[in-house]
Amino acid sequence: MELLTHYATTLVTFDNLLMLATTLGIILLIAVPVLLGMAYTTWFERKILGWMHLRHGPMHTGPFGLLQPIADAVKLMFKEPFIPGASNKVMFLIAPMLAFIPVLVVWAVIPFGENPFTGSLMVLANINLGVMFILAVTSIEVYGILLAGWASNSKYPFLGAVRSGAQMVSYEVSMGLIVLAVILLAGSMNLADIVNAQKTVWFFIPAFPAFIMFLVSILAECNRHPFDLPEAEAELVAGYNTEYSAMSFALFFLGEYVAMITMSAFTAILFLGGWLPPFDVAPLNWIPGTIWLLLKIIAILFFMVWARGTLPRYRYDQLMRLGWKIFLPLSFAWLIITAIAVKLLGNLAA
Amino acid sequence: MKNTVRIVRQFFLIDMIKGFALTFKMLFAKKFTILYPFESTPISPRFRGEHALRRYPNGEERCIACKLCEAICPAQAITIEAEPRIDGSRRTTRYDIDMVKCIYCGLCEEACPVDAIVEGPNMDFSAEDRKKLLYTKDILLANGDKLEPTLAERLKRDAPYR
Repeated sequence: MELLTHYATTLVTFDNLLMLATTLGIILLIAVPVLLGMAYTTWFERKILGWMHLRHGPMHTGPFGLLQPIADAVKLMFKEPFIPGASNKVMFLIAPMLAFIPVLVVWAVIPFGENPFTGSLMVLANINLGVMFILAVTSIEVYGILLAGWASNSKYPFLGAVRSGAQMVSYEVSMGLIVLAVILLAGSMNLADIVNAQKTVWFFIPAFPAFIMFLVSILAECNRHPFDLPEAEAELVAGYNTEYSAMSFALFFLGEYVAMITMSAFTAILFLGGWLPPFDVAPLNWIPGTIWLLLKIIAILFFMVWARGTLPRYRYDQLMRLGWKIFLPLSFAWLIITAIAVKLLGNLAA
Repeated sequence: MKNTVRIVRQFFLIDMIKGFALTFKMLFAKKFTILYPFESTPISPRFRGEHALRRYPNGEERCIACKLCEAICPAQAITIEAEPRIDGSRRTTRYDIDMVKCIYCGLCEEACPVDAIVEGPNMDFSAEDRKKLLYTKDILLANGDKLEPTLAERLKRDAPYR
């Protein structure tokens, strides 16, 4: 009790409260655009996918169907949250949250570029282990999916969850190795330093094979086509979210799409120069860095949708073969090559 | 050799690049979807849609109550009652088509000797109330008046093949 009063008196000061309030404000400033962006990613995906299929995509809800995500959200909120009788109810309800929260937490370390007015770096937490933090937190998402499959107590969700777990773990290995190569190039694990190291050349040029492998890995990591085996409709109904409805389903959906945006941002920072303009010349560097980051995120999201419109789904053993027998050795080889090159020529740190 | 080519193709993802190029091209291709209530596909002059009763140019109704349509109708959707009019001409007092029973086979218009009953191009006449689909003579005549230019054109274009 004494300790509590001590903490209460020393911690609850005006400065601390102000810091708490500003942090909460910044969190809102990041989370709200990310969630809105997620809503419009669904619109973007449906539109692009429709065009690729020679359809029009959503076009009647508001101009160009722009209000469609809002209509979808309202529909999901008004649906009945159905809990199967055989399920573990507590776990069943925790799982979607566990799948959704980590992908949002990642945004704490994503730097949005220099503030156009003050020149300081816009990032919630500029920690030195930013890359590590992202890899660690995105791994937690797997637990949400595994838990969803287990708690549903039904065969399709279970199979979907097992697949998802295996897939995410497999691709995380090669992804980690590729990220290590990038860290060697930049000489830092701080995301801002990695971006600043790309001032001379974006890393996707010196590390092109790694860039391609990373792009494929993020598709697998986000359970996106052509690696969307956890929710392969043809075999597994809808995979781990078969038994979910209403908002708990919406949370998985949100989690998946926010993960797409998060992974795109991560790729943009690691390989496409984050908030840096393509060339540091007059008309290009007038545009604020955040806009550049946004454009790069949209470009990678477009690639993800494009892949969905182009490639058929992998078979499960092919997925595992690609992950363990091709990507793992190749990324290992790439790491060794990068390490030798960095040792001989020095890294690209700014 | 063949194997080497295959491996090279696989390694540089040639086939995948081709696929991606194709889908990217399709992004800008003309869309195939027809936005139905706003657009529609062209309709043949022989299209058998909603019925109409036609009139002569002087306003006299064509139907002479011969009841051939009623007789030929395979679904027995047509009900006709007739009485001589005051001027002595033979005309219908009742001409009902049950649009729910009708199978849109077009035999009534085939049977009609005076081209009075025809099927027009209109296909959106669905209703929420079944009673609205029990068409009476007034509705059919109104349809005919509304669509007469189209109906005449339709019959003219189909005439050489009859």
